[in-house]
Amino acid sequence: MSGDRREWPLYEVFVRGKRGLNHVHVGSLHAPDDVMALRHARDVYTRRNEGVSIWVVRADAITASSPDEKDPLFSPSGDKVYRHPTFYEIPENVPHM
Amino acid sequence: MTTTPADPAPPDAAQERFDATIARGDRIEPRDWMPDGYRRTLVRQIAQHAHSEIIGMQPEGNWIGRAPSLRRKAILLAKVQDEAGHGLYLYSACETLGVSRAELTEMLLSGRQKYSSIFNYPTLSYADVGTIGWLVDGAAICNQVPLCRTSYGPYGRAMIRICKEESFHQRQGYELLMTMTRGTDGQRAMVQESVDRFWWPSLMMFGPPDAESPNSARSMAWGVKRNSNDELRQKFVDMTVPQADALGVTLPDPDLRWNEERGHYDFGEPDWTELAEVIRGNGPCNEQRMAHRRAAHDDGAWVREAATAFAERSAARAREEAR
Repeated sequence: MSGDRREWPLYEVFVRGKRGLNHVHVGSLHAPDDVMALRHARDVYTRRNEGVSIWVVRADAITASSPDEKDPLFSPSGDKVYRHPTFYEIPENVPHM
Repeated sequence: MTTTPADPAPPDAAQERFDATIARGDRIEPRDWMPDGYRRTLVRQIAQHAHSEIIGMQPEGNWIGRAPSLRRKAILLAKVQDEAGHGLYLYSACETLGVSRAELTEMLLSGRQKYSSIFNYPTLSYADVGTIGWLVDGAAICNQVPLCRTSYGPYGRAMIRICKEESFHQRQGYELLMTMTRGTDGQRAMVQESVDRFWWPSLMMFGPPDAESPNSARSMAWGVKRNSNDELRQKFVDMTVPQADALGVTLPDPDLRWNEERGHYDFGEPDWTELAEVIRGNGPCNEQRMAHRRAAHDDGAWVREAATAFAERSAARAREEAR
């Protein structure tokens, strides 16, 4: 990434589309502070009633898993088929299950 | 973002994983390993696209103050604001490839990166607002819809948002022209004159013919591009001819006719020397567009500085109070 110190920090933007739904990541933007980030997010990402609530978070505050450790990180759940309901055989004449 | 450390994968394995992802039709995401050429191609294409949205505000912005009613002013304002938004979605997508916003801005202002040649044509009459919506945004939609499935995730996601909004742009333009063609003879003539000026430059928006587009094959192999220039140009012509009929305007091409055998319209050859000249900087408005953009950037400097100063002062005050 660039070493330009004058550049405003990067914020990631999350929007809740309507009540009852999760906030979903929609994109990012630069802003000098949290309040301006929220205002910019309103203008850039919700010009057509796309949301009822916005979160902005500085990108450097997010800790992410590395794409390179994809397999080792997620493989423990790969062989635990017994965590899925379809693992269990139930006779067809048993209702509501 | 902070990344938890992982062993760097050997390049061969990384290349294989990249190729397999593309072959599966899956998306590449920002922190995946990718070949340098792929990254460079994307940066160039996304940046050029972003710059086009930003410069694209000017031809229509020219008419905001002179649009004939409050309704038309409000529509035009909303449209130009969308172009700014589209530029911002695309700059964000481009930055995920490791280039900074400051660098991108600098490359536009210095002319090292290009924008679409269509924006170097002037908007001489109010009908041009309608024609740009109908033809220029129509051509842009043809180009952009397949890009929603491009192999680079952030680019595809930006394109999905953009395409949803472009539909309003095209429809408002067509409706504007319909309104004018139902008006006086003078208004009808104004529409026809505008269509005559914008038809060929719109066809040039798809780029040079496939035979002269050296990077196309590689972009298609990488899934960055999904259709060739000539395919998209043909699709645009096929879509547009019936729309022109419904509008009652003629398209200025004597060779334009339906080809029963091909199931497509035949059409004449755009003047490729004109396109080359406009790209080289010799279009009617190249200098004006760049001068305006540079002036806007300089004139906005105090706003950026003030916002930075305010943020720094607020942060200092918060630290003070925490003590």
